[in-house]
Amino acid sequence: MPSDIARTTPDHASVDKLIEIDHVTFGYDASRNILSDISMRFGRGQVTAILGGSGCGKTTVLRLIGGVHPVGKGKVKFDGQVIETSNAAQLYNLRRRLGMLFQFGALFTDLSVFENVAFPLREHTDLDDTMIRDIVLMKLNAVGLRGAANLRISEISGGMGRRVALARAMALDPEVLLYDEPFTGLDPIAMGVTANLIRKLNDATGATSLVVSHDVHECFAICDYAYIMAAPGVVIAHGRPDELDASNDPQVRQFLRGEPDGPVPFHYPAPPLAQDLGLRGTRA
Amino acid sequence: MSWVAAIGRYVIECLRTLGHHAFFFWELLRTLPASLKRPHFVLAQVHALGNLSLLVIMSSGLAVGFVLALQSYYALVTYGAADSVGLLVNLSLVRELGPVVTALLFAGRAGTSLTAEIGLMKAGEQLAAMELMAVDPKSRVLAPRFIGGVITMPILALLFSAVGIFGAYIVGVQLIGLDPGNFWSAMENGVDVRRDLGNGIIKSIVFGVICSFVAVYQGYEAKATPEGVARATTRTVVVSSLSVLAMDFLLTALMFSTR
Repeated sequence: MPSDIARTTPDHASVDKLIEIDHVTFGYDASRNILSDISMRFGRGQVTAILGGSGCGKTTVLRLIGGVHPVGKGKVKFDGQVIETSNAAQLYNLRRRLGMLFQFGALFTDLSVFENVAFPLREHTDLDDTMIRDIVLMKLNAVGLRGAANLRISEISGGMGRRVALARAMALDPEVLLYDEPFTGLDPIAMGVTANLIRKLNDATGATSLVVSHDVHECFAICDYAYIMAAPGVVIAHGRPDELDASNDPQVRQFLRGEPDGPVPFHYPAPPLAQDLGLRGTRA
Repeated sequence: MSWVAAIGRYVIECLRTLGHHAFFFWELLRTLPASLKRPHFVLAQVHALGNLSLLVIMSSGLAVGFVLALQSYYALVTYGAADSVGLLVNLSLVRELGPVVTALLFAGRAGTSLTAEIGLMKAGEQLAAMELMAVDPKSRVLAPRFIGGVITMPILALLFSAVGIFGAYIVGVQLIGLDPGNFWSAMENGVDVRRDLGNGIIKSIVFGVICSFVAVYQGYEAKATPEGVARATTRTVVVSSLSVLAMDFLLTALMFSTR
């Protein structure tokens, strides 16, 4: 848990919105919708968390913001502009303003730790090798992996890989940072450091951060605003962490407290177990 | 009428696949100038693909040279034309076997490696990560590998032919005892540099385009699962081999027609 975070949370309604998701419905195929008519607003300079159980469409929201998939219905706006996935020039201009931490790191396995972090710098800047080296070492130092700069990706652990991916995502100090499950697979120390880093980085650079996670405590400790999603891709609540903590909505309470019983089903929709096991007529 | 509908569906599906390939090839061609501005990526691929295939190409070339010399000798000696062994081996290798066998071996060795590498990059979200970093994976990953394959193929085909001729020399001259002067002079007199060697090189460049394109296409379009990558790798070998053989017939008819 981050301990040294000092923040003042501005009123969400008064904050300028950098990213807007407006009544979006989306499915990877026509048979099933992953997102069902959701709307979200992400304030400029804020850390916004998107919380929810597995499979509720959190990562898909980030992918739509990055223009990876075209939306079915509705609009995704970035800085007032509707994101058109068919417009490659607009898309690449948008992506230069983004940094994304992938759920499984997505590190380039043929490059070293150093070269992974240097990759966006080499692709998008004309900086000389000395400058790139300094920036990369600073970013790696921020995630505690300066000493691992020369290791291959196959030589580092999963948790270390996520920290390298974090360093790569912030290499260009982007305007928007998208974090997909940044706390998964991290030990408690790394988790606290990463949470602190997300907040501090946001405050220091004035970036806008979106954190997709199911770790309620870490997210509430660093975010200004949060959306809670549930299957089938709907927003069930949104507000400041203290507002959500005080919510009496049974779905919100069940998720935030991790209660096994409540309106959110644990099981994927299925016929009764007895029926599947061919035990019709026997007592349950 | 159901069989008419089935044929119609099949034809539409074939046209869609063809169109997708053509569109992908055009997209790849558009990225080539940008890739050529960063030649170190291309050279790294030439080095990697060449090294990958060198051993199998040279050992196969030597074996093919051995066998060709023996078979040619057995056939020609009955007509008293054993001195033409060198010429026959040379023409067979330079015109036909060098480009074709090299392409088939390249598809099996380097092509599958390219497909698996790109497919696994896709499965590991590395290509998606590049896209979200505003880096075009076609330009950064696919194009250098494609150009590398196209450059590597004729070099490997020439090496295959050279080693094959050396193999034929060992069998024909050293083992069977043919006259070395006749062996080399028949080659010198009977092989036309432009018509035979030149056309052979053109063939191997065309095969390089086919094999490299099929490999990068299959890798890029692979389903992002272990099974998907395995299937894509298999398709690379099958599609490359059949395409090379079909194109070889077409090119041979065009290049060596006497009319």
